[in-house]
Amino acid sequence: MKKLVNDPTRVVEEMVEGYVKAHDSYVRQLEENERSLVTVRETRENKVGVLVGGGSGHEPGFLGYVGDGMADGVAVGNIFASPSPDPIQEVTRAIDKGAGVVYLYGNYAGDIMNFGMAAEMADLEDDIEVGTAIANDDVASAPKEEQQKRRGIAGEFFVFKAAGAAADFGYNLDDVVRVARKANENTRSMGVGISPCYLPQTGEPSFIIGDDEMEIGLGHHGEPGIEKVKMGTADEVADRLVNDILADIEITSDDEVAVLVNGLGSTPKMELYIVYRKVEEILREKGISIYRSYVGDYITSLEMGGCSVTLMKLDDELKKAVDHPVDCPEFVQK
Amino acid sequence: MEISSVEFKQFLYGVIDMVEEQKDYFCELDRKIGDGDHGVTMSIGWQAVKEKLNEDLQDETDIAKLSITAGKTFLSAVGSSVGPLYATGFMRGAKVAKGKDVLTGEEWKDYWVAFANGIQERGQAKVGDKTMVDTLAPFAEKLEEAYAESNDFYKAFEEALVAGEVGMKSTIDIVSKLGRSSRLGERSLGAQDPGATSIYYILNMFFETMKQANV
Repeated sequence: MKKLVNDPTRVVEEMVEGYVKAHDSYVRQLEENERSLVTVRETRENKVGVLVGGGSGHEPGFLGYVGDGMADGVAVGNIFASPSPDPIQEVTRAIDKGAGVVYLYGNYAGDIMNFGMAAEMADLEDDIEVGTAIANDDVASAPKEEQQKRRGIAGEFFVFKAAGAAADFGYNLDDVVRVARKANENTRSMGVGISPCYLPQTGEPSFIIGDDEMEIGLGHHGEPGIEKVKMGTADEVADRLVNDILADIEITSDDEVAVLVNGLGSTPKMELYIVYRKVEEILREKGISIYRSYVGDYITSLEMGGCSVTLMKLDDELKKAVDHPVDCPEFVQK
Repeated sequence: MEISSVEFKQFLYGVIDMVEEQKDYFCELDRKIGDGDHGVTMSIGWQAVKEKLNEDLQDETDIAKLSITAGKTFLSAVGSSVGPLYATGFMRGAKVAKGKDVLTGEEWKDYWVAFANGIQERGQAKVGDKTMVDTLAPFAEKLEEAYAESNDFYKAFEEALVAGEVGMKSTIDIVSKLGRSSRLGERSLGAQDPGATSIYYILNMFFETMKQANV
């Protein structure tokens, strides 16, 4: 597997270095920890700090979402591994404006332990109140009865968006957490993988798949999904993903949704738009209105091939959050 | 019998070398049920510990300080799920060794029992969940039981290691219930858990260190 790297053991450090240099009008590295990035913009006193984080390899997630209207800081982990509590705690200190900090991350054992430890330390050592919203939008990762086991995938983007807006509106910590959790509860995703990614340190594929196969429900670290099936068309994939999502959450003809068709890293936008075309058609036929759409690479898995579809059911509060402008290096919404 | 910080450091260095040797094997096991990086993660963490041992800890003889620093360094370097788990283990063990350069057999028994209990508490895993606890829980149980019978730490540790090995191998026939691999369900059957495997190798390294030191 060919990769444009220098030293496979230093890819995260060198990426962060390049990112900060490229976007120094947006973010800076904390002196205390090179894995801690925070916004350079002055945030309002008493604004709830928004902290995102997780493993590397999901770019533009998660560092790409530090900016106006989204996150105030990010803790950067190793590839596909939660950051340790240190960088999380450093970011927490840096972005707290007296109103507390909300932690937003995906539902993985490692993230829960590290962010949990950081939250305890922020409370004990720094007297900063921390709230948490954990994304678990992937319907393929566990049945509905075991929803608390589901992993967070592209739907994390909507949780970041909602919490970032709520914090900007001046909501207090409890309300920012409430809005973030509401976004998560109304969000469902499902993905399909058509080619694996390769960890830089091992050079091995994250999963094995035949030339004529695709894996339905694949996780965004290459965790196996529900089933391997014969490679289908874009329309067939969109059909399967949307219908499995709609079987899991009640969305009726009166409802409005935000849609995200997310690329996993090496899928051309051409293909993502072909998938979106069908997603729009299915929803329109069911009378479900699309309030806003996002198509592109929002949370990836290195060079994995495939995509996911995410729907977030909206109420007035979530609509307002979705409409809120954002200015981040990797995502701008006017 | 007594085991000092000299042997404890030898043990830590032994783990560092072992992890480098077994890195690919741990990754291989992880590819079957996870994202295939367990060996890489362990290597990143233990290489950071090596650096600490070579520099700041070169003259350190307090077993508790060595244990705490190893745990914290490992955690800072890896995060992940193994970071908090191992850090908790090493910090709980350190409590037993507070301010001591040498521990008796009984104290080492307490160290490893605290180590195992700490990890189990942090991860909230039970035996049968297909995690490192499948090695650690039977190991710690046997260690206490065998030590109570014989008052011989070396012998008790040897017996506990056998129990840990049986536990490790039992993960082959278990469907994952916790962690990333739990989402695999039935498909995790037949694969030995990488976390249960690497902890077994670490415990075995402690035994090898005792053996070589002729304690």
